[in-house]
Amino acid sequence: MIQAIAFYLFATLTIFSGAVTILARNPVHSVLWLILAFFNAAGLMILIGAEFIAMLLVIVYVGAVAVLFLFVVMMLDIDFSQLRAGFIKNFPLGLALAFVLLAELLMGVGAYKAGGLALGTANAATAPIAGLSNTAAIGALLYSRYLFLFETAGIILLVAMIGAIVLTHRQRGDVRGQNVSRQNARRPEEATINLQPEVGKGVTL
Amino acid sequence: MTAFFQGLGLPFGAAWAISTICGILLIALPVMLAVAMVIYVDRKVWASMALRRGPNVVGPFGILQSFADGLKVFLQETIIPSAANKGLFLIAPIITFTVALLAWAVIPFNSGAILADINVGLLYILAISSLGVYGIVIAGWSSNSKYPFFSAMRASAQMISYEVSIGFILICVVLWAGSFNLNDIVKAQHGFGLGFINGFWCSPLLFPMWVMFLISSMAETQRAPFDLTEAESELVAGYQTEYSSMAFALFWLGEYGNVLLMCALNATLFWGGYLPPVELAILYWIPGWIWLILKIAFGFFVFSWVKATVPRYRYDQLMRLGWKIFLPVSLLFVFLVSGYLMATGHFA
Repeated sequence: MIQAIAFYLFATLTIFSGAVTILARNPVHSVLWLILAFFNAAGLMILIGAEFIAMLLVIVYVGAVAVLFLFVVMMLDIDFSQLRAGFIKNFPLGLALAFVLLAELLMGVGAYKAGGLALGTANAATAPIAGLSNTAAIGALLYSRYLFLFETAGIILLVAMIGAIVLTHRQRGDVRGQNVSRQNARRPEEATINLQPEVGKGVTL
Repeated sequence: MTAFFQGLGLPFGAAWAISTICGILLIALPVMLAVAMVIYVDRKVWASMALRRGPNVVGPFGILQSFADGLKVFLQETIIPSAANKGLFLIAPIITFTVALLAWAVIPFNSGAILADINVGLLYILAISSLGVYGIVIAGWSSNSKYPFFSAMRASAQMISYEVSIGFILICVVLWAGSFNLNDIVKAQHGFGLGFINGFWCSPLLFPMWVMFLISSMAETQRAPFDLTEAESELVAGYQTEYSSMAFALFWLGEYGNVLLMCALNATLFWGGYLPPVELAILYWIPGWIWLILKIAFGFFVFSWVKATVPRYRYDQLMRLGWKIFLPVSLLFVFLVSGYLMATGHFA
Protein backbone atom coordinates (compact mmCIF):
# COMPACT_ATOMS: atom_id res chain seq x y z
CA MET A 1 0.00 0.00 0.00
CA ILE A 2 2.55 2.58 1.13
CA GLN A 3 4.95 1.30 -1.56
CA ALA A 4 2.30 1.91 -4.18
CA ILE A 5 1.60 5.42 -2.91
CA ALA A 6 5.32 6.19 -2.83
CA PHE A 7 5.86 4.75 -6.29
CA TYR A 8 3.05 6.74 -7.88
CA LEU A 9 4.17 9.89 -6.05
CA PHE A 10 7.77 9.57 -7.23
CA ALA A 11 6.83 8.46 -10.73
CA THR A 12 4.30 11.25 -11.24
CA LEU A 13 6.70 13.84 -9.91
CA THR A 14 9.50 12.53 -12.13
CA ILE A 15 7.37 12.77 -15.26
CA PHE A 16 5.87 16.11 -14.24
CA SER A 17 9.20 17.72 -13.43
CA GLY A 18 10.72 16.25 -16.58
CA ALA A 19 7.96 17.87 -18.61
CA VAL A 20 8.30 21.21 -16.81
CA THR A 21 12.07 21.08 -17.44
CA ILE A 22 11.30 21.36 -21.13
CA LEU A 23 8.37 23.74 -20.83
CA ALA A 24 9.77 26.21 -18.30
CA ARG A 25 10.46 29.61 -19.84
CA ASN A 26 13.39 30.42 -17.61
CA PRO A 27 16.46 28.17 -18.09
CA VAL A 28 17.39 28.40 -14.40
CA HIS A 29 13.93 27.11 -13.50
CA SER A 30 14.48 24.33 -16.02
CA VAL A 31 17.64 23.20 -14.26
CA LEU A 32 15.90 23.28 -10.89
CA TRP A 33 13.05 21.13 -12.21
CA LEU A 34 15.65 18.78 -13.67
CA ILE A 35 17.15 18.45 -10.20
CA LEU A 36 13.72 17.56 -8.83
CA ALA A 37 13.43 14.90 -11.54
CA PHE A 38 16.82 13.42 -10.54
CA PHE A 39 15.72 13.40 -6.96
CA ASN A 40 12.50 11.55 -7.64
CA ALA A 41 14.38 9.07 -9.83
CA ALA A 42 16.58 8.41 -6.80
CA GLY A 43 13.40 7.81 -4.79
CA LEU A 44 12.31 5.22 -7.36
CA MET A 45 15.70 3.51 -7.07
CA ILE A 46 15.26 3.25 -3.31
CA LEU A 47 11.84 1.66 -3.83
CA ILE A 48 13.37 -1.21 -5.83
CA GLY A 49 16.00 -1.67 -3.14
CA ALA A 50 18.95 -0.14 -4.98
CA GLU A 51 19.93 2.30 -2.26
CA PHE A 52 23.57 2.50 -3.36
CA ILE A 53 22.63 3.56 -6.90
CA ALA A 54 20.11 6.03 -5.48
CA MET A 55 22.72 7.71 -3.30
CA LEU A 56 25.21 7.82 -6.16
CA LEU A 57 22.55 9.37 -8.37
CA VAL A 58 22.01 12.14 -5.84
CA ILE A 59 25.73 12.66 -5.14
CA VAL A 60 26.88 12.65 -8.75
CA TYR A 61 23.96 14.19 -10.62
CA VAL A 62 22.36 16.47 -8.05
CA GLY A 63 25.51 17.26 -6.12
CA ALA A 64 27.95 17.79 -8.96
CA VAL A 65 26.56 17.72 -12.51
CA ALA A 66 23.48 19.83 -11.85
CA VAL A 67 25.49 22.36 -9.85
CA LEU A 68 27.73 22.85 -12.87
CA PHE A 69 24.67 23.13 -15.13
CA LEU A 70 23.22 25.73 -12.82
CA PHE A 71 26.54 27.51 -12.67
CA VAL A 72 26.72 27.81 -16.45
CA VAL A 73 23.05 28.59 -17.02
CA MET A 74 23.03 31.31 -14.37
CA MET A 75 25.91 33.07 -16.05
CA LEU A 76 24.42 32.93 -19.53
CA ASP A 77 22.48 35.96 -20.61
CA ILE A 78 19.78 34.35 -22.70
CA ASP A 79 17.46 36.26 -24.97
CA PHE A 80 14.18 34.34 -24.95
CA SER A 81 12.65 35.92 -28.03
CA GLN A 82 15.70 34.86 -30.01
CA LEU A 83 15.36 31.32 -28.70
CA ARG A 84 11.70 31.15 -29.65
CA ALA A 85 12.38 32.48 -33.13
CA GLY A 86 13.97 29.18 -34.17
CA PHE A 87 11.00 27.17 -32.92
CA ILE A 88 9.08 26.88 -36.21
CA LYS A 89 12.23 26.17 -38.19
CA ASN A 90 13.37 23.35 -35.93
CA PHE A 91 9.90 21.92 -35.32
CA PRO A 92 10.01 19.17 -38.04
CA LEU A 93 13.41 17.99 -36.86
CA GLY A 94 12.20 17.84 -33.27
CA LEU A 95 9.10 15.95 -34.34
CA ALA A 96 11.19 13.41 -36.25
CA LEU A 97 13.42 12.92 -33.22
CA ALA A 98 10.37 12.42 -31.03
CA PHE A 99 9.07 9.72 -33.40
CA VAL A 100 12.40 7.91 -33.37
CA LEU A 101 12.43 7.94 -29.57
CA LEU A 102 8.84 6.72 -29.43
CA ALA A 103 9.61 3.90 -31.88
CA GLU A 104 12.61 2.83 -29.84
CA LEU A 105 10.54 2.90 -26.68
CA LEU A 106 7.85 0.75 -28.30
CA MET A 107 10.48 -1.67 -29.56
CA GLY A 108 11.92 -1.93 -26.08
CA VAL A 109 8.53 -2.58 -24.53
CA GLY A 110 7.74 -5.11 -27.28
CA ALA A 111 10.99 -6.98 -26.70
CA TYR A 112 10.33 -7.01 -22.98
CA LYS A 113 6.78 -8.31 -23.52
CA ALA A 114 8.07 -11.05 -25.81
CA GLY A 115 9.80 -12.43 -22.76
CA GLY A 116 13.15 -13.23 -24.34
CA LEU A 117 15.08 -11.29 -21.74
CA ALA A 118 15.86 -12.34 -18.26
CA LEU A 119 18.01 -10.00 -16.24
CA GLY A 120 21.52 -11.24 -15.60
CA THR A 121 21.37 -14.40 -17.68
CA ALA A 122 22.99 -13.17 -20.86
CA ASN A 123 26.52 -14.49 -21.33
CA ALA A 124 27.58 -16.26 -18.21
CA ALA A 125 25.86 -14.32 -15.86
CA THR A 126 25.42 -13.48 -12.45
CA ALA A 127 22.94 -14.81 -10.12
CA PRO A 128 22.10 -12.21 -7.56
CA ILE A 129 24.47 -12.56 -4.64
CA ALA A 130 22.41 -13.51 -1.66
CA GLY A 131 22.95 -12.08 1.77
CA LEU A 132 25.17 -9.20 0.70
CA SER A 133 24.33 -5.54 1.04
CA ASN A 134 23.83 -3.54 -2.11
CA THR A 135 27.21 -1.85 -1.91
CA ALA A 136 29.14 -5.07 -1.30
CA ALA A 137 27.32 -6.89 -4.11
CA ILE A 138 28.06 -4.15 -6.65
CA GLY A 139 31.68 -4.01 -5.50
CA ALA A 140 32.07 -7.77 -5.72
CA LEU A 141 30.77 -7.76 -9.30
CA LEU A 142 32.63 -4.67 -10.51
CA TYR A 143 35.99 -5.79 -9.21
CA SER A 144 35.78 -9.43 -10.27
CA ARG A 145 33.61 -10.32 -13.23
CA TYR A 146 33.37 -6.89 -14.82
CA LEU A 147 36.82 -5.67 -13.86
CA PHE A 148 37.94 -5.15 -17.45
CA LEU A 149 34.82 -3.21 -18.43
CA PHE A 150 35.01 -1.17 -15.26
CA GLU A 151 38.65 -0.22 -15.79
CA THR A 152 37.97 0.53 -19.44
CA ALA A 153 35.18 2.90 -18.45
CA GLY A 154 37.61 4.54 -16.06
CA ILE A 155 40.22 4.99 -18.80
CA ILE A 156 37.62 6.44 -21.18
CA LEU A 157 36.55 8.96 -18.55
CA LEU A 158 40.17 9.88 -17.85
CA VAL A 159 40.87 10.39 -21.54
CA ALA A 160 37.73 12.48 -21.92
CA MET A 161 38.75 14.60 -18.96
CA ILE A 162 42.27 15.17 -20.26
CA GLY A 163 40.83 15.92 -23.71
CA ALA A 164 38.47 18.54 -22.30
CA ILE A 165 41.31 20.18 -20.41
CA VAL A 166 43.61 20.16 -23.44
CA LEU A 167 40.89 21.61 -25.68
CA THR A 168 39.96 24.47 -23.37
CA HIS A 169 43.33 25.27 -21.89
CA ARG A 170 45.19 28.15 -23.42
CA GLN A 171 48.61 29.27 -22.44
CA ARG A 172 48.67 32.97 -21.74
CA GLY A 173 52.03 34.60 -21.42
CA ASP A 174 50.88 37.82 -19.80
CA VAL A 175 49.52 36.34 -16.58
CA ARG A 176 51.61 36.90 -13.52
CA GLY A 177 51.37 33.81 -11.39
CA GLN A 178 52.33 33.47 -7.77
CA ASN A 179 55.08 31.31 -6.44
CA VAL A 180 53.72 30.53 -3.02
CA SER A 181 56.79 28.85 -1.58
CA ARG A 182 58.91 31.82 -2.66
CA GLN A 183 56.46 34.21 -1.05
CA ASN A 184 56.53 32.25 2.17
CA ALA A 185 60.33 32.03 2.16
CA ARG A 186 60.68 35.82 1.83
CA ARG A 187 62.08 37.53 4.92
CA PRO A 188 61.87 41.23 5.84
CA GLU A 189 65.66 41.67 5.38
CA GLU A 190 65.54 40.86 1.68
CA ALA A 191 62.25 42.62 1.03
CA THR A 192 63.02 46.00 2.59
CA ILE A 193 65.89 48.44 2.52
CA ASN A 194 66.66 51.11 5.04
CA LEU A 195 67.94 54.38 3.54
CA GLN A 196 68.36 57.94 4.64
CA PRO A 197 68.15 59.89 1.38
CA GLU A 198 69.35 63.43 1.10
CA VAL A 199 66.65 66.05 0.74
CA GLY A 200 65.64 66.48 -2.92
CA LYS A 201 67.59 63.46 -4.17
CA GLY A 202 65.02 60.68 -4.01
CA VAL A 203 65.73 56.97 -3.95
CA THR A 204 66.69 54.55 -6.70
CA LEU A 205 65.04 51.18 -6.28
CA MET B 1 10.61 2.29 19.78
CA THR B 2 8.32 0.52 17.31
CA ALA B 3 8.10 -2.43 19.70
CA PHE B 4 6.98 -0.09 22.50
CA PHE B 5 4.09 1.30 20.45
CA GLN B 6 3.18 -2.21 19.28
CA GLY B 7 3.03 -3.18 22.94
CA LEU B 8 0.29 -0.55 23.33
CA GLY B 9 -1.84 -2.62 20.95
CA LEU B 10 -1.20 -0.73 17.69
CA PRO B 11 -0.70 -2.59 14.40
CA PHE B 12 2.85 -2.60 13.04
CA GLY B 13 2.31 0.06 10.37
CA ALA B 14 0.81 2.60 12.75
CA ALA B 15 3.36 1.85 15.46
CA TRP B 16 6.19 2.29 12.96
CA ALA B 17 4.79 5.60 11.70
CA ILE B 18 4.26 6.99 15.21
CA SER B 19 7.68 5.90 16.44
CA THR B 20 9.37 7.42 13.37
CA ILE B 21 7.58 10.72 13.92
CA CYS B 22 8.56 10.64 17.60
CA GLY B 23 12.15 9.90 16.55
CA ILE B 24 12.18 12.84 14.17
CA LEU B 25 10.87 15.16 16.89
CA LEU B 26 13.34 13.74 19.41
CA ILE B 27 16.20 14.62 17.06
CA ALA B 28 14.99 17.80 15.36
CA LEU B 29 13.84 19.70 18.45
CA PRO B 30 17.06 19.19 20.47
CA VAL B 31 19.10 20.02 17.37
CA MET B 32 17.24 23.32 16.97
CA LEU B 33 17.67 24.07 20.66
CA ALA B 34 21.35 23.16 20.34
CA VAL B 35 21.68 25.53 17.38
CA ALA B 36 20.29 28.38 19.49
CA MET B 37 22.72 27.51 22.27
CA VAL B 38 25.81 27.16 20.07
CA ILE B 39 25.17 30.56 18.53
CA TYR B 40 25.42 31.91 22.08
CA VAL B 41 28.50 29.76 22.79
CA ASP B 42 30.13 30.89 19.56
CA ARG B 43 29.67 34.54 20.47
CA LYS B 44 30.88 33.95 24.03
CA VAL B 45 34.02 32.09 22.92
CA TRP B 46 34.74 34.68 20.28
CA ALA B 47 34.23 37.49 22.80
CA SER B 48 36.45 36.00 25.46
CA MET B 49 39.24 35.42 22.96
CA ALA B 50 38.97 39.09 21.98
CA LEU B 51 38.87 40.09 25.69
CA ARG B 52 35.28 41.27 25.42
CA ARG B 53 32.26 40.21 27.44
CA GLY B 54 29.98 38.98 24.68
CA PRO B 55 26.22 38.69 25.21
CA ASN B 56 25.56 39.13 28.93
CA VAL B 57 22.26 40.96 29.30
CA VAL B 58 19.39 38.63 28.44
CA GLY B 59 18.99 35.95 31.12
CA PRO B 60 21.76 34.70 33.43
CA PHE B 61 25.15 35.16 31.67
CA GLY B 62 23.22 36.23 28.59
CA ILE B 63 22.22 32.63 27.96
CA LEU B 64 18.86 33.60 26.44
CA GLN B 65 20.42 35.98 23.90
CA SER B 66 19.68 33.70 20.93
CA PHE B 67 16.02 33.46 21.86
CA ALA B 68 15.78 37.25 22.15
CA ASP B 69 17.42 37.55 18.73
CA GLY B 70 15.02 34.97 17.36
CA LEU B 71 12.03 36.88 18.70
CA LYS B 72 13.36 40.14 17.27
CA VAL B 73 13.90 38.60 13.85
CA PHE B 74 10.48 36.95 13.98
CA LEU B 75 8.78 40.29 14.53
CA GLN B 76 10.60 42.06 11.72
CA GLU B 77 9.06 42.74 8.36
CA THR B 78 9.90 40.39 5.51
CA ILE B 79 11.19 42.46 2.63
CA ILE B 80 11.24 40.92 -0.83
CA PRO B 81 13.13 42.96 -3.41
CA SER B 82 10.85 43.86 -6.34
CA ALA B 83 13.38 42.55 -8.88
CA ALA B 84 13.77 39.24 -7.07
CA ASN B 85 12.50 35.94 -8.38
CA LYS B 86 9.91 35.63 -5.64
CA GLY B 87 9.29 31.88 -5.46
CA LEU B 88 12.93 30.88 -5.51
CA PHE B 89 13.84 33.75 -3.20
CA LEU B 90 11.56 32.29 -0.51
CA ILE B 91 12.44 28.63 -1.18
CA ALA B 92 16.21 29.15 -0.80
CA PRO B 93 16.35 29.65 3.00
CA ILE B 94 13.91 26.79 3.48
CA ILE B 95 16.20 24.48 1.50
CA THR B 96 19.22 25.51 3.55
CA PHE B 97 17.43 24.96 6.84
CA THR B 98 15.78 21.67 5.88
CA VAL B 99 18.97 20.18 4.51
CA ALA B 100 20.79 21.04 7.73
CA LEU B 101 18.21 18.99 9.68
CA LEU B 102 17.83 16.09 7.21
CA ALA B 103 21.27 14.58 7.62
CA TRP B 104 20.82 14.02 11.36
CA ALA B 105 18.62 11.01 10.55
CA VAL B 106 21.61 8.67 10.22
CA ILE B 107 23.75 9.88 13.15
CA PRO B 108 23.83 7.17 15.86
CA PHE B 109 23.21 8.63 19.33
CA ASN B 110 23.74 5.35 21.12
CA SER B 111 24.12 1.75 20.13
CA GLY B 112 20.80 1.19 18.38
CA ALA B 113 19.52 4.74 18.96
CA ILE B 114 19.49 5.84 15.34
CA LEU B 115 16.53 7.08 13.35
CA ALA B 116 17.40 5.48 10.00
CA ASP B 117 19.85 2.58 10.33
CA ILE B 118 20.55 2.35 6.59
CA ASN B 119 23.40 0.54 4.84
CA VAL B 120 24.55 3.63 2.98
CA GLY B 121 24.45 6.09 5.89
CA LEU B 122 27.66 7.88 5.01
CA LEU B 123 26.69 8.16 1.35
CA TYR B 124 23.36 9.60 2.48
CA ILE B 125 25.21 12.28 4.44
CA LEU B 126 27.37 13.07 1.40
CA ALA B 127 24.27 13.28 -0.78
CA ILE B 128 22.43 15.55 1.64
CA SER B 129 25.40 17.81 2.26
CA SER B 130 25.85 18.19 -1.48
CA LEU B 131 22.34 19.64 -1.54
CA GLY B 132 23.38 22.41 0.82
CA VAL B 133 24.93 24.39 -2.00
CA TYR B 134 21.55 24.82 -3.69
CA GLY B 135 20.13 26.98 -0.91
CA ILE B 136 23.02 29.39 -1.33
CA VAL B 137 23.16 29.33 -5.13
CA ILE B 138 19.41 29.83 -5.48
CA ALA B 139 19.47 32.62 -2.90
CA GLY B 140 22.28 34.36 -4.73
CA TRP B 141 20.66 34.07 -8.13
CA SER B 142 17.07 34.88 -7.16
CA SER B 143 18.05 38.01 -5.24
CA ASN B 144 18.89 39.53 -8.62
CA SER B 145 21.62 41.62 -7.12
CA LYS B 146 25.37 41.80 -7.68
CA TYR B 147 26.90 40.79 -4.37
CA PRO B 148 24.63 37.83 -3.65
CA PHE B 149 25.38 36.57 -7.15
CA PHE B 150 29.14 36.76 -6.64
CA SER B 151 28.67 34.98 -3.36
CA ALA B 152 26.65 32.21 -4.99
CA MET B 153 29.41 31.70 -7.57
CA ARG B 154 32.01 31.47 -4.85
CA ALA B 155 29.89 29.13 -2.77
CA SER B 156 29.28 26.64 -5.55
CA ALA B 157 32.96 26.50 -6.53
CA GLN B 158 34.08 26.25 -2.93
CA MET B 159 31.66 23.52 -1.88
CA ILE B 160 32.31 21.36 -4.93
CA SER B 161 36.08 21.67 -4.45
CA TYR B 162 36.06 20.57 -0.85
CA GLU B 163 33.45 17.86 -1.32
CA VAL B 164 35.96 15.99 -3.47
CA SER B 165 38.60 15.80 -0.76
CA ILE B 166 35.98 15.06 1.91
CA GLY B 167 34.85 12.14 -0.24
CA PHE B 168 38.36 10.68 -0.33
CA ILE B 169 38.82 11.22 3.42
CA LEU B 170 35.58 9.38 4.09
CA ILE B 171 36.72 6.54 1.83
CA CYS B 172 39.74 6.02 4.10
CA VAL B 173 37.44 5.71 7.11
CA VAL B 174 35.03 3.44 5.24
CA LEU B 175 37.88 1.17 4.12
CA TRP B 176 38.98 0.74 7.70
CA ALA B 177 35.50 0.22 9.08
CA GLY B 178 34.33 -1.92 6.16
CA SER B 179 30.90 -0.33 6.08
CA PHE B 180 29.00 2.79 5.07
CA ASN B 181 26.69 2.34 8.04
CA LEU B 182 27.56 4.91 10.71
CA ASN B 183 26.65 2.53 13.52
CA ASP B 184 29.10 -0.05 12.17
CA ILE B 185 31.75 2.66 11.74
CA VAL B 186 31.39 3.56 15.42
CA LYS B 187 31.56 -0.11 16.42
CA ALA B 188 34.73 -0.56 14.35
CA GLN B 189 36.39 2.09 16.54
CA HIS B 190 35.78 0.06 19.67
CA GLY B 191 39.20 -0.46 21.25
CA PHE B 192 40.88 0.69 18.03
CA GLY B 193 44.05 2.12 19.57
CA LEU B 194 45.93 -0.70 21.39
CA GLY B 195 42.62 -2.12 22.53
CA PHE B 196 42.23 0.86 24.85
CA ILE B 197 41.46 4.05 22.93
CA ASN B 198 38.11 4.31 21.12
CA GLY B 199 38.45 6.30 17.93
CA PHE B 200 40.09 6.24 14.54
CA TRP B 201 42.07 9.40 15.28
CA CYS B 202 44.88 7.54 17.06
CA SER B 203 46.01 5.70 13.93
CA PRO B 204 49.01 7.42 12.30
CA LEU B 205 47.35 6.89 8.91
CA LEU B 206 44.00 8.36 9.92
CA PHE B 207 45.14 11.23 12.14
CA PRO B 208 46.22 13.38 9.15
CA MET B 209 42.85 12.51 7.59
CA TRP B 210 41.14 13.84 10.70
CA VAL B 211 43.02 17.13 10.48
CA MET B 212 42.14 17.45 6.81
CA PHE B 213 38.53 16.55 7.51
CA LEU B 214 38.33 19.28 10.13
CA ILE B 215 39.71 21.89 7.74
CA SER B 216 37.59 20.68 4.83
CA SER B 217 34.47 20.74 6.98
CA MET B 218 35.18 24.36 7.83
CA ALA B 219 35.41 25.11 4.12
CA GLU B 220 32.32 23.05 3.39
CA THR B 221 30.22 24.91 5.97
CA GLN B 222 31.74 28.25 4.98
CA ARG B 223 33.01 29.00 8.43
CA ALA B 224 35.92 31.30 9.13
CA PRO B 225 38.66 31.28 7.87
CA PHE B 226 36.88 30.16 4.69
CA ASP B 227 33.80 32.39 4.98
CA LEU B 228 34.43 34.00 1.61
CA THR B 229 30.80 33.70 0.61
CA GLU B 230 29.86 36.30 3.17
CA ALA B 231 33.10 38.22 3.37
CA GLU B 232 31.74 41.54 4.58
CA SER B 233 34.71 43.54 3.37
CA GLU B 234 34.06 42.45 -0.22
CA LEU B 235 30.49 41.26 -0.61
CA VAL B 236 28.41 43.15 2.02
CA ALA B 237 26.78 40.02 3.49
CA GLY B 238 27.11 37.69 0.52
CA TYR B 239 24.07 35.67 -0.45
CA GLN B 240 22.14 36.94 2.59
CA THR B 241 22.38 40.59 1.59
CA GLU B 242 18.78 40.92 0.39
CA TYR B 243 17.25 38.77 3.11
CA SER B 244 15.47 40.00 6.19
CA SER B 245 13.37 38.67 9.03
CA MET B 246 12.64 34.92 9.22
CA ALA B 247 14.22 34.15 5.85
CA PHE B 248 17.49 35.52 7.17
CA ALA B 249 17.03 33.62 10.43
CA LEU B 250 16.55 30.36 8.54
CA PHE B 251 19.88 30.88 6.78
CA TRP B 252 21.47 31.61 10.10
CA LEU B 253 20.02 28.52 11.78
CA GLY B 254 20.84 26.35 8.77
CA GLU B 255 24.44 27.51 8.80
CA TYR B 256 24.93 26.63 12.45
CA GLY B 257 22.96 23.40 11.96
CA ASN B 258 25.46 22.43 9.27
CA VAL B 259 28.38 23.29 11.54
CA LEU B 260 26.90 21.11 14.30
CA LEU B 261 26.35 18.31 11.80
CA MET B 262 29.98 18.48 10.71
CA CYS B 263 31.03 18.35 14.38
CA ALA B 264 28.76 15.32 14.89
CA LEU B 265 30.26 13.66 11.83
CA ASN B 266 33.73 14.44 13.10
CA ALA B 267 32.87 12.87 16.46
CA THR B 268 31.24 9.82 14.85
CA LEU B 269 33.92 9.10 12.28
CA PHE B 270 37.11 9.87 14.15
CA TRP B 271 36.42 10.20 17.88
CA GLY B 272 34.37 7.08 18.51
CA GLY B 273 30.86 8.55 18.37
CA TYR B 274 28.82 7.43 21.35
CA LEU B 275 31.66 5.34 22.80
CA PRO B 276 33.64 6.75 25.73
CA PRO B 277 37.08 8.04 24.74
CA VAL B 278 38.93 5.15 26.42
CA GLU B 279 38.02 1.62 27.45
CA LEU B 280 37.24 1.91 31.15
CA ALA B 281 34.25 0.12 32.63
CA ILE B 282 33.39 3.12 34.77
CA LEU B 283 33.08 5.40 31.73
CA TYR B 284 30.35 3.17 30.31
CA TRP B 285 28.10 4.24 33.19
CA ILE B 286 27.68 7.54 31.40
CA PRO B 287 25.12 7.07 28.59
CA GLY B 288 26.40 7.15 25.02
CA TRP B 289 24.51 10.22 23.86
CA ILE B 290 26.22 12.31 26.55
CA TRP B 291 29.61 11.25 25.18
CA LEU B 292 28.45 12.16 21.69
CA ILE B 293 27.26 15.58 22.86
CA LEU B 294 30.53 16.20 24.69
CA LYS B 295 32.50 15.33 21.56
CA ILE B 296 30.28 17.55 19.42
CA ALA B 297 30.76 20.38 21.91
CA PHE B 298 34.52 19.94 21.78
CA GLY B 299 34.42 19.97 17.98
CA PHE B 300 32.37 23.13 18.02
CA PHE B 301 34.81 24.77 20.40
CA VAL B 302 37.57 24.08 17.87
CA PHE B 303 35.42 25.72 15.17
CA SER B 304 34.89 28.83 17.34
CA TRP B 305 38.53 28.91 18.32
CA VAL B 306 39.62 28.90 14.68
CA LYS B 307 37.04 31.56 13.84
CA ALA B 308 38.36 33.80 16.60
CA THR B 309 42.03 33.43 15.77
CA VAL B 310 42.64 32.74 12.07
CA PRO B 311 42.41 35.50 9.46
CA ARG B 312 40.27 34.97 6.38
CA TYR B 313 41.78 33.18 3.39
CA ARG B 314 42.07 34.80 -0.01
CA TYR B 315 39.94 33.08 -2.64
CA ASP B 316 42.84 31.83 -4.75
CA GLN B 317 44.51 30.45 -1.61
CA LEU B 318 41.29 28.60 -0.80
CA MET B 319 41.16 27.01 -4.24
CA ARG B 320 44.86 26.18 -4.14
CA LEU B 321 44.48 24.47 -0.76
CA GLY B 322 41.52 22.45 -2.00
CA TRP B 323 42.75 21.29 -5.38
CA LYS B 324 46.53 21.32 -5.16
CA ILE B 325 47.05 20.15 -1.58
CA PHE B 326 44.05 18.38 -0.11
CA LEU B 327 43.01 16.48 -3.23
CA PRO B 328 46.41 14.87 -3.97
CA VAL B 329 47.17 14.23 -0.30
CA SER B 330 43.80 12.62 0.40
CA LEU B 331 44.15 10.51 -2.74
CA LEU B 332 47.59 9.45 -1.57
CA PHE B 333 46.14 8.43 1.77
CA VAL B 334 43.46 6.33 0.08
CA PHE B 335 46.33 4.39 -1.51
CA LEU B 336 48.30 4.22 1.74
CA VAL B 337 45.32 3.11 3.83
CA SER B 338 44.13 0.49 1.36
CA GLY B 339 47.70 -0.73 0.85
CA TYR B 340 48.25 -1.01 4.58
CA LEU B 341 44.96 -2.82 5.06
CA MET B 342 45.75 -5.25 2.24
CA ALA B 343 49.24 -5.89 3.61
CA THR B 344 47.97 -6.59 7.11
CA GLY B 345 45.20 -8.86 5.83
CA HIS B 346 42.39 -6.62 7.09
CA PHE B 347 39.99 -7.73 4.36
CA ALA B 348 40.68 -11.46 4.64
